[in-house]
Amino acid sequence: MTLELSHLSRRFTDFAALDDVSLTIDPGEFVALLGPSGSGKTTLLRILAGLDYSDSGSVRQDDRDFLATSARQRKIGLVFQHYALFRHLTVFENIAFGLRVRSRRLRPPRAEVKARVQSLLKRVQLEDFGSRFPSQLSGGQRQRVALARALAVEPDLLLLDEPFGALDAQVRVTLRRWLRELHEELGLTTVFVTHDQEEALELADRIVVMNRGRIEQVGTPEMIYQQPATPFVCEFIGKVNRLVMNRDQGHLAVGNWILDEDPWHSRYGQALAFVRPEHLALSVAPPLSGWSARLRHIYLAGSVAHIDLYVASLDQTLEADVASEDLSRLGLHAGMELYVVPRAATLFPQIRDGTTINQDRWNWRAASTTPT
Amino acid sequence: MRHRILPGFGISLGYALTYLGLIVLLPLAALVWKASGIGIEGLIHLLAAPRTLAALRLSFGSALLAALINAVIGLLVAWVLVRYRFPGRRLFDALVDLPFALPTAVAGIALTALYAPNGWLGSWLASWGIKVAYTPLGVLVAMVFVGFPFVVRTLQPVLESLDRDVEEAAESLGARRWQTFLRVILPMLAPALLTGFALALARAVGEYGSVIFIAGNIPMRSEIAPLLIVQKLEQFDYAGAAALSTAMLLFSFVLLVVITLLQRWSSRWMEKTR
Amino acid sequence: MSTHASTRPVRWPRRLVRGLFILIAVSFLALFLLLPLAIVFIEAFREGVSAYFATIKQGDALSAIRLTLLVAAIAVPLNLVFGVAAAWAMARFEFHGKALLGAFIDLPFSISPVISGLVYVLLFGAQGWFGPWLDAHGVKIIFAVPGLVLATVFITLPFVARELIPLMQSQGSEEEEAARVLGANGWQMFFRVTVPNIRWALLYGVLLCNARAMGEFGAVSVVSGHIRGLTTTMPLEVEMRYNEYDYVGAFAVASLLALLALLTLLVKTLLEWRYGGEIAAHAPGGH
Repeated sequence: MTLELSHLSRRFTDFAALDDVSLTIDPGEFVALLGPSGSGKTTLLRILAGLDYSDSGSVRQDDRDFLATSARQRKIGLVFQHYALFRHLTVFENIAFGLRVRSRRLRPPRAEVKARVQSLLKRVQLEDFGSRFPSQLSGGQRQRVALARALAVEPDLLLLDEPFGALDAQVRVTLRRWLRELHEELGLTTVFVTHDQEEALELADRIVVMNRGRIEQVGTPEMIYQQPATPFVCEFIGKVNRLVMNRDQGHLAVGNWILDEDPWHSRYGQALAFVRPEHLALSVAPPLSGWSARLRHIYLAGSVAHIDLYVASLDQTLEADVASEDLSRLGLHAGMELYVVPRAATLFPQIRDGTTINQDRWNWRAASTTPT
Repeated sequence: MRHRILPGFGISLGYALTYLGLIVLLPLAALVWKASGIGIEGLIHLLAAPRTLAALRLSFGSALLAALINAVIGLLVAWVLVRYRFPGRRLFDALVDLPFALPTAVAGIALTALYAPNGWLGSWLASWGIKVAYTPLGVLVAMVFVGFPFVVRTLQPVLESLDRDVEEAAESLGARRWQTFLRVILPMLAPALLTGFALALARAVGEYGSVIFIAGNIPMRSEIAPLLIVQKLEQFDYAGAAALSTAMLLFSFVLLVVITLLQRWSSRWMEKTR
Repeated sequence: MSTHASTRPVRWPRRLVRGLFILIAVSFLALFLLLPLAIVFIEAFREGVSAYFATIKQGDALSAIRLTLLVAAIAVPLNLVFGVAAAWAMARFEFHGKALLGAFIDLPFSISPVISGLVYVLLFGAQGWFGPWLDAHGVKIIFAVPGLVLATVFITLPFVARELIPLMQSQGSEEEEAARVLGANGWQMFFRVTVPNIRWALLYGVLLCNARAMGEFGAVSVVSGHIRGLTTTMPLEVEMRYNEYDYVGAFAVASLLALLALLTLLVKTLLEWRYGGEIAAHAPGGH
């Protein structure tokens, strides 16, 4: 089942929740809708679920008009952010609900309902919890019941709204892995909404990054991280240092860091450069191009150390990541003077009023280091 | 709002509006229409009549006083029921709703029997020279009775949800108990207290059943406005009854608007601190 | 919180204040609420148990009881259906004029019962809008049972809606949406998800609605015409006996209404203890 979303728009009274969104979801795909709150990701999910509607645009499901069918006819499984379990029904009855409300013609016989619920309980590892009420379960257990309930109706499409949002950090990681395995087992087309980039990067086959009702970029987690398409994606995914480059004697430069190449052939006067912390190289000896900096702080975070560097010539603090084992090898300590130079950056040219020309972005890699 | 996801919007709203229109709005329209029949001059003539004025003054005056008394005693009772543990607390808590549950006519004759000059309380009070039944004081007693639960029941949930931390913070800053109460607790209770006051007031102004028995209904002295309406009706003065009713409604309405504004003003910090 | 209050070390002036407060509150409740209730039964049994039962069986008491039950049996279901419909519209949808609708639902609480009766007289009475037409067709509403029912419906209109609206608003519509996505049709969603979630609040609202319907005095008094055996409900019977100086008779009928009130309080309290959370923060909007 391929879902084709084209030109979806949805306005609320004071803002555009969705602004001309088009997207294709392939069968069996695991897609993450990622964005900050208010980016329209939840609205998009609710439109797919039939709980909201679009002002314009269409959704086609293998040449069928998906939006014309009601929520009950779409064959979707939806897991709500706060699960929306029926509080007056046991876990068993919650899972059986979707089967029991079918018209007599389509309703499976009692024994089959029982067997199906039992096997789902087993699948979500809650075999002994069938007679409990939702209020007697932990957050992680409720989440799994909600998932089992959604799966019971054998949906063509599984939708999850912030599936791990209400859970502890510990449970979250466990459940995440478990959900990924479940998806690989079932091969069910799955779309989930999250504001947590780590979750999206770890789980999804493809990530849809959204901002202010628009899609910023669609791609594999690797693409999103390595080749961000817009400044927003650069800043939203992972940590990044932001540098404003100007043209100086024909070369783009910021301070003492000067680029020899110019794919734009002097068309743009300035550019925004985004440099990830792991792409900042540190050295004690002065390089050909780069800044001198003072090491402010070292934050040891397990295998990686985050380093704050103050570059006086830019009046800017940069963050660099180095492997913890390199700290002593390079003799790094707070207060020392050293040199720093980017090894890779994503550059967006800017026209005079500051607008970035995103389609002309340039993934720059230093010649001396082999690009990844 | 083209399609709605949950079903039944049209039918539920349509039914509710039709029902409300037929049961409440249409009759009220008839009231206003009938009242307008006597004209402005007639209205002034009616309202300026000494007997009407006396009745309105009694109704609104006693209702205000009763609501004030209820605000004070209701605050105390709510405080005691929420903050202290003592034997029989739950029983007394349940008892607070009695004026809601007891039919007004029953309350009326019971209060009269109690406060009549030969009644249990009435004879004792009479020995002090205080007459309750068949005087404006009796009207007040009945109005306090019917309005009592409102203040307690609006305050209780707020008192229960009050953050103890705030009080402890006040005490840790050196505030005495009464200072904590006046400066910290009371301002937080103010919106609920005003709501309870308004509800008690509205109820007391219109109260009929429990008042007419104990009031004695002496014209110019202990005759309440609703009784005047009934009397006009019995004399087939429909326009007069309607006009008096409309005047009472308007008056209550203005009062409630004022109190709603006060309430909004006193709770203006609520959203900011949460 | 209770442990907090009782385990904190209490210095004696504070303990004195606490004792004083409890004393004042309890005396007020006893003197002002309990005593009037007690006096009803004391007066009713003043001339003994047999006199009590004799006066209850006597005259039109039985027809008054029957009429009271009939009026409540019509008014309560009507307002139950209205309350559910209004709560569904108000708690589940956004529309223009919602606040106004809420205010209109509350209106009967802030109107004098006398006026609530009067409006029907103005509508259906001999001089009313529809009076002449009704008269010509031989339909009697005022000074007859339909008038009593209408006035009672007016007075008790807000009870069920007022209990349900805040509860349903706080519960949100996610469970109902989940039911829809799982394939439930409208009625399945309503009876399998909505009703179970509001059942205790529904019962609570019906209970209060019923107590008021059976006990209403002012509004029915205006439309009744006080025709013995035909248009007198129990509260009106109390009034008529009282005005005829039949005190024992008046208090005997009143004691039945007081019993109803006690029963209402009992069930209400039990509901609050047992299902407090499911009745939720019910606004104490008039009763």
